[in-house]
Amino acid sequence: MKLLFFYSFRNLSTRRVTTALTASGMALVVFVFAAIIMLAEGLQKTLIETGSYNNIVVLRKSASTEVQSIIERYQASVIEMQPEVALDENGRRLFAKELVVLITLQKKGSGSSANVVIRGVGSASIDIRSQVKLSAGRLPHMGTSEIMVGNSVAKRFKNAGLGDSIFFAMRSWKVVGVFDAGNTGFSSEIWGDAGQLMQAFRRNAYSSLIFRAQDASSLPGLKCCIESDPRLTLDAMIEVDYYKKQSEMMATFLRILGISLTAIFSIGAVIGAMITMYAAVANRTAEIGTLRALGFGRMNILMAFLLESLILGFLGGCAGLFFASVLQCISVSTTNFQTFSELAFRFSLSPGIIVKAMIFALFMGFSGGILPAVRASRMNIVEALREV
Amino acid sequence: MLIRILIRNAFRHKLRSILTITGIAIAVLAYGLLHTVIDAWYAGVAASSANRLVTRNSISLVFRLPLSYREKIRVVDGVEIVSYGNWFGGYYRDEKDFFANFAIDPVSYLNLYPEYKISEQEKTSFLKNRKGCLAGKKLTERFGWEVGDSITLTGTIYPGKWEFVLNAVYEGRHKNVDETMFFFHWDYFNETLKKERPFSADTVGFYIIGIDKPENAASIAEAIDATFKNSLAETLTETEKAFQLGFVTMSEAILKAIQLVSFVIIVIILVVVANTMVMSVRERTAEYAVLKTIGFSGVHIAALIIGESMIITLIGGTLGTLATYPAAAVFSNAVGTFFPVFNITIKTIVMDAIVTLIVGLFAGMFPAWRAMSIRISEGLRKIG
Repeated sequence: MKLLFFYSFRNLSTRRVTTALTASGMALVVFVFAAIIMLAEGLQKTLIETGSYNNIVVLRKSASTEVQSIIERYQASVIEMQPEVALDENGRRLFAKELVVLITLQKKGSGSSANVVIRGVGSASIDIRSQVKLSAGRLPHMGTSEIMVGNSVAKRFKNAGLGDSIFFAMRSWKVVGVFDAGNTGFSSEIWGDAGQLMQAFRRNAYSSLIFRAQDASSLPGLKCCIESDPRLTLDAMIEVDYYKKQSEMMATFLRILGISLTAIFSIGAVIGAMITMYAAVANRTAEIGTLRALGFGRMNILMAFLLESLILGFLGGCAGLFFASVLQCISVSTTNFQTFSELAFRFSLSPGIIVKAMIFALFMGFSGGILPAVRASRMNIVEALREV
Repeated sequence: MLIRILIRNAFRHKLRSILTITGIAIAVLAYGLLHTVIDAWYAGVAASSANRLVTRNSISLVFRLPLSYREKIRVVDGVEIVSYGNWFGGYYRDEKDFFANFAIDPVSYLNLYPEYKISEQEKTSFLKNRKGCLAGKKLTERFGWEVGDSITLTGTIYPGKWEFVLNAVYEGRHKNVDETMFFFHWDYFNETLKKERPFSADTVGFYIIGIDKPENAASIAEAIDATFKNSLAETLTETEKAFQLGFVTMSEAILKAIQLVSFVIIVIILVVVANTMVMSVRERTAEYAVLKTIGFSGVHIAALIIGESMIITLIGGTLGTLATYPAAAVFSNAVGTFFPVFNITIKTIVMDAIVTLIVGLFAGMFPAWRAMSIRISEGLRKIG
């Protein structure tokens, strides 16, 4: 076995150009495969991390995003008094009535505009979201035209840095703080006082209610309670589920795109491997004859060539994954059409993707090598030896 | 004579040549499809007319404008028709059965969009029936609707079940027209809102404005926005093209990724063909040495090799381009909901041809250079 491995390996290293070309063809396919799956993974990861299992979101029935939802003040008060809402150490309710609208801001550099989520928050909003941490400046004072921006907004949009002012809804809003919410959707948002924002936008209703639940398992009871109350046309869900749903369409689109593209590409790479392996077999006919004459069985020959092709696939897979892993430091931003707002996220490489990509690379090597290997193993000793 | 040698050479290893050609055909096919996907993204931009402006709330599209703006816009110089509508955002049966649906002012809207072809009879019955609706041909095919059917949409922004009767079906006058949209009477929509949500009645999502001359677009847009400066609902007016382009740039990152991937394909084809050529040349080193001994120059040999690589890529490229048409038809069926307009343009075909030529040339260059520079004695010594 060891001998076989070295035979295959030495063969590949003598024909360096061909080996490099074939392996790089496969590497490109693996790269594209990994990159697109990483993009979908990154999007989903960002949105899932945005939610928390302990928080419950309440939206208007049949609204699929916060922007579409409208909750009247009296409905909000009814939910606020539910026993499921947790209290903090000072006895305050961990409950926030929020307003979510989109505003159009211009991007730095290209000057193209994008929709940014602006969230009117209450004093408990920050306590409920443990991911949100102030990184510069201070928190905006309630009752003033002060706002704080997520770090991706501060980085990407004009006039959105600390100390700048953004003008919308007939008012100038001063940016007094920048917050870092890590790898979550909040980093792409702007936060200000809900009361002030509702005034400015002339809106007399909230968009969503968010609260920390005493016990996450109390959700079914709460749902039942909301449904039986004719005043409330609302729906409650765990925050994580809410954000997971928002990533579905986009992630599915990316996955379909990625899989159909790589399916087509891989045919090209398999053909490349096949060409190389057929040539390797044809050039070494005499050698194969000699090996057979020395006593190596058909199975050994088959294994040797298959191994050679698998090594090619492995090399391609490693190179492709190496370049794909470099992508992790790039952050992309695009509009999530489900929420119609801009979202920044990163390519994310998970062990699952590495395994999938490697299996895919080895599969390409296998399917490219099996036919030539079978041909090699079937050669007649005498005829093969006659060939020069 | 030369061509015959080239063809003979190209098919000396039948299996290898066929494999290479298949590889190229598939890559060119993928490249063509990706190009078509990108074109599909821009379809809305391509279908927009220079004679139309779109006015919306300057804060963002989710904010509405008062209906009273219609008369104020109408008096601006150069404005001919003013129409308006709301994005309704409803779905049919299930959330997955989603399509673009708008409440519009039917008479002015259809005047502004002459590219929607509707039979006179259907048009009048749609205009007369307040609960009537108008749907694109592809949309009716997707759900098997026929004129006279009643359709119920579930609203996501405006809750409840909304009932309509399909009165008319439109077709596009040219290929860029989106045939998957759904329109109904704004009045019906507004009446219902007045009953259920009076505070959002009498507001519209956008105004579409027909202007006299495309050259005046900028000044008219400025005049409209100036009219509503410092009001509760300031406006942003831009040409329909700029408005549609705004949607495209929102997903810029994905578009760029697709463009990048289409370059990667070119590199993959290049690698496959270059590999074939390197191997062929390697095997024929001795032959080329013999040719050189007889007196053929290096240039001749280079021409032989590059010509051979060109023949292989051209055959593959042509097959791939031809296969793009049926493949696009299949693809369009599969992802019809994402891309309402999915056409192969002449530009895509031209790009296919250019890519094929470049690949053929570059793939042959490196082995040709090797064959040219090798010394005769060394070449003759070589066996396999």
